[in-house]
Amino acid sequence: MLADMGQQVPIVDYLVLDDGAPYLNANVCDECGALFLDRRNACGKCGKTAFGKKRLADTGTLKSFTIVHRAAPTVPVPYVSAVIHLDGGGSVHTNLVNVEPDPEHVQLNMPVRMTTYTAGVDVDGTEAVAFGFEPAEGKA
Amino acid sequence: MADNVWIIGAAMTKFGRHPDKDVLDLGSDVALEALADGGATIHDMNVMAVGCQFEPFTLGQKIQKQIGQTGIPVYNVTNACATGASAVRTVIMSIKAGEADMGLAIGVEQMGKPGFIPQMGRPRRDKFEPDGRFGEVMPIEGVLGTDFMAGVFAEAGMAYAAEHDGVGFDQFVKIAEKNHLHSSLNPLAQYRKVFSTEEIKASPMQAYPNTLLMCCPTGDGASALVIVSEKKLKTLDPDVRKRAVKISASVMTSDPWVEGGQVQPDVNTLTRNAADQAYEQSGVDPQDLDLVELHDCFATAELVHYDNLRLCEPGGAGAFIDSGGPMRDGKIPVNVSGGLISKGHPIGATGAANIYEVATHLRGEAGDRQIEGAKVGLTHVIGLGSACAVHILEKQAV
Ligand SMILES: [Zn+2]
Repeated sequence: MLADMGQQVPIVDYLVLDDGAPYLNANVCDECGALFLDRRNACGKCGKTAFGKKRLADTGTLKSFTIVHRAAPTVPVPYVSAVIHLDGGGSVHTNLVNVEPDPEHVQLNMPVRMTTYTAGVDVDGTEAVAFGFEPAEGKA
Repeated sequence: MADNVWIIGAAMTKFGRHPDKDVLDLGSDVALEALADGGATIHDMNVMAVGCQFEPFTLGQKIQKQIGQTGIPVYNVTNACATGASAVRTVIMSIKAGEADMGLAIGVEQMGKPGFIPQMGRPRRDKFEPDGRFGEVMPIEGVLGTDFMAGVFAEAGMAYAAEHDGVGFDQFVKIAEKNHLHSSLNPLAQYRKVFSTEEIKASPMQAYPNTLLMCCPTGDGASALVIVSEKKLKTLDPDVRKRAVKISASVMTSDPWVEGGQVQPDVNTLTRNAADQAYEQSGVDPQDLDLVELHDCFATAELVHYDNLRLCEPGGAGAFIDSGGPMRDGKIPVNVSGGLISKGHPIGATGAANIYEVATHLRGEAGDRQIEGAKVGLTHVIGLGSACAVHILEKQAV
């Protein structure tokens, strides 16, 4: 691929972009099953040091949110910051997207699903792909 | 069994802006005031601890150089918003360990008026290369949610609302309205203005559901306490003994591992753990409390702590504020000082100042804001990250 065609990189390393659908990949403790999204020295739950990988679900439930109206000048406001508990375990903190940023449209405990979009482009034309969650209509 | 510890001296500056002073003035003056209040001098102290989040570097020694270089050990403490309480607890531990019988704890901060938005993260890079614990290629604040305080504590309140009925914007507004009202009686509060429901709702939205009037301001201020062992107290002047306040419980906790705590800081479990240990240590029941000063950095934070501190039925924080339970004439008055929201929140001072507040009520010296006949009170602070301190104070004869 030509560089100026725009390569894509994930915004964080736990977002996996391969040939299939993008997904979140957690570190999972071999001993106790605790899930982590960051680089680990050991398990914060049990203290053991062996980890594997676990692919997280791309659907979940909105367990908390805030609508941010005041931010650094580079961040467009208002936007919705959300805490999502994923189906099958694990949780993530990210923006809720493709929704009106007001309390009438953002409902606690509503089902949501993952989506990806381009969050930035660097000097080489490489795109940073971010993940957000959006309302999953029709899902009970 | 370790000896009990008591407060014999307590002082607090007015919170707000002190542009004519530096952090050394604030800390030194409040220390001298607390010593005088306790009928003591720096020469009586065997230990000292100073809490300051932003200028902690040998601040205690610098204060000693202003008020008395006696060569005693001094500890400079930081622990986020629990910094002041950590300094107090350092002195308490030193006395309980038998290394000292009288100590001075100071909490102080000068924040001036820094911008509401702190500098966070690394500067934007021209070329995407993975960096940090998440291998991020660009700043993630505002892309993968927010880590700013107003938003984090908004999410803590909304997580409670997701699990419990009867909690929403209106309940959070009522909390702010209460604390602003309470502050009108406190001459030491940074703000003393009463605001209506409508004014609070209409003030600029920061991070829903927290509007500006539901967020604590930055400010300058200091508080200091003189703490003694019970054995030492018994040797002191009757006038000092009669105003002494017993520290019946002193507890610190950090946040234990919980599911989801990696992505949403858990401010609840460590607060519950600290409260339960404090009730156990003191033998005090939550329903015995005459007043509580808790960490209302945002209105959303105060609500969850009604439940965490067992002031209401489990899940009943919304009903508790709706019923007026935490009003100064309610079942358990909460933040009669005005709380962080209106009294102010100079970070390092806060955890000492809320002990000053409760002690002042127990001494019957709180003036217009006095809770009549107060005999037992609780203080709570939490530093995000997290550190929690709970103290239970009692008025008793010795
Ligand atoms: Zn583990």
